[in-house]
Amino acid sequence: MVKTYLSYNNIYSSLGFNSEAVVENISKGVSGLDTYEDASLLPEPFCASLISSKKIENEFNMIGDASKFTKLEQMMILSLKKVVDASNIPLNEKVGLLISTTKGNIDVLEKESDFPESRAYLSELGKTIQTFFGFKNEAILLSNACVSGVLAISAAKRFISEKKYDYVFIASGDLVTKFILSGFNSFQALSAAPCKPYDKNRMGINLGEVAASVLVTIDEKNLPEEAVEILGDATCNDANHISGPSRTGEGLFRSVKAALQEANITSENVDYISAHGTATPFNDEMESIAFSRLGMEKVPLNSLKGFFGHTLGASGLLETIVGMHSMKKNVLFISKGFDELGVSKNINIVKTNTPKKLNIFLKTASGFGGCNTAVILKKANN
Amino acid sequence: MVSLNGNVLFSDKSEDFPTFIKNAYKFFKTDYSKFFKMDNLSKLAFFAADVLLKNENLNEEENNIALVFSNNASSLDTDRKHQAAIENETEYFPSPAVFVYTLPNICLGEISIKHRLYSENSFFIFDRFNAEHLQLYANSLLRSVKAEKVLCGWVNFDKNNYEAFLYLVEKEGVFEHTKEEITRLYNTL
Repeated sequence: MVKTYLSYNNIYSSLGFNSEAVVENISKGVSGLDTYEDASLLPEPFCASLISSKKIENEFNMIGDASKFTKLEQMMILSLKKVVDASNIPLNEKVGLLISTTKGNIDVLEKESDFPESRAYLSELGKTIQTFFGFKNEAILLSNACVSGVLAISAAKRFISEKKYDYVFIASGDLVTKFILSGFNSFQALSAAPCKPYDKNRMGINLGEVAASVLVTIDEKNLPEEAVEILGDATCNDANHISGPSRTGEGLFRSVKAALQEANITSENVDYISAHGTATPFNDEMESIAFSRLGMEKVPLNSLKGFFGHTLGASGLLETIVGMHSMKKNVLFISKGFDELGVSKNINIVKTNTPKKLNIFLKTASGFGGCNTAVILKKANN
Repeated sequence: MVSLNGNVLFSDKSEDFPTFIKNAYKFFKTDYSKFFKMDNLSKLAFFAADVLLKNENLNEEENNIALVFSNNASSLDTDRKHQAAIENETEYFPSPAVFVYTLPNICLGEISIKHRLYSENSFFIFDRFNAEHLQLYANSLLRSVKAEKVLCGWVNFDKNNYEAFLYLVEKEGVFEHTKEEITRLYNTL
């Protein structure tokens, strides 16, 4: 079996426009969440992590004509460009492009949008990004709710293992739009204050927008210091409910177990869990049950939603990249917003930045449709 | 029209999808109360999977059949409905029952619940039917023993145009699992 690695990476978010700057802000405890009053997005005040369109445009105008690209396209192209440039590989037929998003350019459905409705088709988003860079292969789009970002890592690994590609660039992104805010608000899932994953007083989620990109490669030479090897991965459905997680954490339990099995390690070998932790009552409780069933109650765990909000189809990739940098620094980052345990199992939430020798971490995500994904990643340069 | 393994099992001249799918539901005696809560894409995908999996003697407890689905329009049919409900301030009525279907993979959840599939789920979006990537992905799942069987296909619903083409991949079968053969079967639709 050929080894696959997560290599060069970028995070384009309210906490900065490259991974290093973002991670520096996280290590200082700075959150990208803020409170907004904008009736064009939601009739009531909301808390979210937003990126200024002006700032994005200013940066984009240095590489193209921003007026021809939607906000999401600009973010995703700027993010991916940094990874493509750092990787310095020719974009030939052995290089794939995988795009992970839940809603893509959904804001073009709004009456006042400057762009045609056809831009809402995800394949159009794929074409725009493919054409900008001149990828030889058509973009593959993955849209699997909130596990999309982690599942994209699995998908890239699978296409590489089938020898279709030697390299896959993953670009992920989602926006905070009227569409998304109104929907989650109708579920009464939004918290008006910064979210508090796993906390006794958690009130629900915040939404966030971000673009995150990574190179998946078989080349074990040209790797940055934070690179990781993909040891195992799995996705399992709860087969229970389309909008509520399983009460027993069945799908998450099974996906972690299957990923550990493929990685050929036990739960004791996992140094850290980068969990989903949306801060809804049901999700966080479900995760605690699944990790307890897995015998992983003592493994340090955090949710990064307190820094970025829930960034939907990009969240899994964004959080994986932060995990890579956390391992490089050998520091566990605080699970921001957490004060007092509010789930039924005694899981080990990271309360303060903690130095720890890190070698292997587990990234998980769960989403609507009952899907759960787990990926196990090991330091490449140990 | 509904066909299984090349045999037409049901045909109906209804112009609109809701009438067609209701008639098909009755004809196949589907009997699943949650069906009527589903959006168009989920009804289409669920129904196609049900017709196919009915003949597979599935286990009542659980089955390891991965779902690898794809389409062109994602969940846009329902996305447009949610957008219409929030477009005007005076008629602002977003509904969670609609919003939950604004993700293409929800139909995979519906199929997993009905057939007890605690297995791999992936939903891809392509410009048009892409046999090659479905074939590669299914191969990878079978090779890595992540799934015993893989139900693959294309389920698209856009502006009352709809089609579903599903096929089951396993170690032994009738047709060879190649890009050419999948494309040929898709084109016979």
